[in-house]
Amino acid sequence: MAASVTNIPIGTPARTEARRLTGSQIIWDTLINEGVNVVFGYPGGAIMPAYDALPDFPGLRHILVRHEQGAAHMADGFARASGRVGVCVATSGPGATNLVTGIANAMMDSIPIVCVTGQVASTLIGSDAFQETDITGITLPITKHNFLVSRVEDIMPTIRQAFYIASSGRPGPVLVDITKDAQNANTEHRYDASPIRLPGYRPENHPLPEEIERALEMMKHAKRPMIFCGHGVIKANATALLLELVQRTNIPVALTLLGLGGFPASHPRSLGMMGMHGEAWVNTAIQEADLILALGMRFDDRVTGNLKTYAPHAKKIHFELDPAEINKNVKVDLALLGDLRETLRLLVPHAEKLSIDSWVDHIEALKGDSAVRDIRELPDSGRLFAAHVIHDLWRYTQGSALVVTDVGQHQMWEAQYYKHDHPRKLLTSGGLGTMGFALPAAMGARFACPEEEIWVVAGDGGFQMTACELATCAQENIKVNIAVINNGYLGMVRQWQQFFYGGRYVATPIKSPDFVKLADAHDLKGIRVTRREEVQSAVEQARANKETTIIDFRVEQEDSVYPMVPAGADLDNMIRRPMPEAKHNPIFETGKDP
Amino acid sequence: MTTSQTMRTFVAYVEDRPGVLNRISSLFRRRNYNIVSLNVGRTHEAGVSRMTFRIEADDDMALRVEANLYKMVNVLSVEDITHKASVSRDLALIKVTVGPDKRAEVLQLCEVFRARAVDVGPETLIVETTGTQDKIDGLVAILQPFGISEMVQTGTVAMSRGPRGAAASALNDPQSLRDLSVA
Ligand SMILES: Cc1ncc(C[n+]2csc(CCOP(=O)(O)OP(=O)(O)O)c2C)c(N)n1
Ligand SMILES: [Mg+2]
Repeated sequence: MAASVTNIPIGTPARTEARRLTGSQIIWDTLINEGVNVVFGYPGGAIMPAYDALPDFPGLRHILVRHEQGAAHMADGFARASGRVGVCVATSGPGATNLVTGIANAMMDSIPIVCVTGQVASTLIGSDAFQETDITGITLPITKHNFLVSRVEDIMPTIRQAFYIASSGRPGPVLVDITKDAQNANTEHRYDASPIRLPGYRPENHPLPEEIERALEMMKHAKRPMIFCGHGVIKANATALLLELVQRTNIPVALTLLGLGGFPASHPRSLGMMGMHGEAWVNTAIQEADLILALGMRFDDRVTGNLKTYAPHAKKIHFELDPAEINKNVKVDLALLGDLRETLRLLVPHAEKLSIDSWVDHIEALKGDSAVRDIRELPDSGRLFAAHVIHDLWRYTQGSALVVTDVGQHQMWEAQYYKHDHPRKLLTSGGLGTMGFALPAAMGARFACPEEEIWVVAGDGGFQMTACELATCAQENIKVNIAVINNGYLGMVRQWQQFFYGGRYVATPIKSPDFVKLADAHDLKGIRVTRREEVQSAVEQARANKETTIIDFRVEQEDSVYPMVPAGADLDNMIRRPMPEAKHNPIFETGKDP
Repeated sequence: MTTSQTMRTFVAYVEDRPGVLNRISSLFRRRNYNIVSLNVGRTHEAGVSRMTFRIEADDDMALRVEANLYKMVNVLSVEDITHKASVSRDLALIKVTVGPDKRAEVLQLCEVFRARAVDVGPETLIVETTGTQDKIDGLVAILQPFGISEMVQTGTVAMSRGPRGAAASALNDPQSLRDLSVA
């Protein structure tokens, strides 16, 4: 066990004089100096020295999770909501491997988190010691970088480097594995605030003036331009500049799933989401566009559909921080490498109004056909549809809640029907599509935004993957509202089975516990909603409750998300809602199929 | 416009630390880059290793290989020298099963290839040769009939001609050392 070698109370504010500290103390002291005030973790043998030193640091709040995956997602949710680095802590072996899904999730969506893991003593490494796993080896392809630290003197500089690497350039997860002997050893410690020198790490790029010129020139000649708003717009804090660009040029904006909120949904030039479950008019417009300004997005296959036929008439300008993304999926005509905010600062002041009224009108006309699909136009059949629930949630929260979704149909309905006007108000697992993300990520976000109204929107399947964190909510007094969109199925997979596997529902009907009783069992609150009239009061009740509240929305079981571009199909080849002649079909689109 | 895949030669300077080679080969595997040969060794600068690797890639892919390597924290600099004037060499050791009767004949053939015998045993001969892959392939074809019992090759090492190569220069570029104030 780590003996406390100093009795000086440590914690915020940071101290700068040298003291003799254990490696364990140095871990926490360095985290505090990096601006951390909350960590999400779970103890175990190899990290016990560090935990033993934790009470010396009252400035640091530790949230005891129920599964380390939850800790990684909480750090991730904290980072997404705040733009800062989230931190999680786990022991060696199973503790560390339980982080893996959360780390991969953060990697795919470029989220800055630092994971601190305990490791067996350096003398035991390689001996298959109890709870030894090669976690730096395991996480090598799913971290931006990782470190194994076996000397006490290296702990502080390594954690500093980890924060720098996680948060600079294209952000990502960094894991720091610290051996038990390094935690137990002690050394003369003073937090070092000098510049970090990593000779091989050059995260920055800058666009050349002539490239900006060329982009402006290409914009001038465009007749059917579009702007794509990706996650990078939000990460680079470039939303105001994007808004200005649109005000100046009048170019319509389509958004990726992770870009939602990067441009106000209520803005007249906002078209909505693109891609597999994007709006029909958006996908059609993309296929007709003659210029695409792709801001901070990476042309994921869920966005492009068939690459061979993708946006065939468009010249493409890629605004991107990471050179390795250029021409990876889609060949572009011009790449503006660099921080989006810097690039837009150079470009926006010179952007001119385009005479593209007929293009804008044309897209509006494309919408006309689909707008009747809008939830508000649908007849109320007396049954509860997920889309109604999301729409009502948007209405009763005035569109201003921070919503964290899980993965599946409900995620897509959220993207379609909860209109986000502000960045960092939708947190969702995009690249990895990790079921179980929502609840823990929302709990992490709670620490980034203590005052905000937070809603989890989860499916009955995914919610059960990390529902153990309800106990964490109860123990740590974390208040979030939870809308379980309970359709009795692994809905998104069921939908694919319906469309592409002859309607054979294999392993997708799912029985759930009684979520109201589950809430009760945790000393939390639960409400069941089966009819649309009950939605409003349930939402208001949940908001009013001090405790985390689960609303079990019993929705239509076999509804599907439309439109849908089948995987790998041409982007404008969409499955649309069935026509109204299917009168018994309670939910239909009254427009004509394109 | 994607070009067809051709053999590409890259030079990279990397930090000489445990696990760096693993990181790089893991990147190649993950990104589905097919390594034809890879060579790593120390340089005259302490803490710095130099790699030469060859892969099949088209122009776009070659750029992304470079960009992905640059993203790695332990990679100091990278250069695609495929289209640069350069010298590239492989070293091979070939053990030929040959007794006293045919030894002279083998040695004579080696002479033609400017290969040399570095070990002679009663029934074996180890031949060392350096050169391009073509030259080595040629020698192997000639020695095959005598019986090759073992062979080892270093993988290509390459260096661009003329003044200091771009990758080497980038190494000492003070610009490349990014300073950050963590105030
Ligand atoms: C960890 C994990 N396992 C499996 C999947 C595959 N998958 C994607 S969506 C989905 C169904 C989700 O069901 P549910 O949580 O009930 O949400 P719904 O689609 O019904 O809204 C599954 C199984 C996944 N994305 N993540
Ligand atoms: Mg479901």
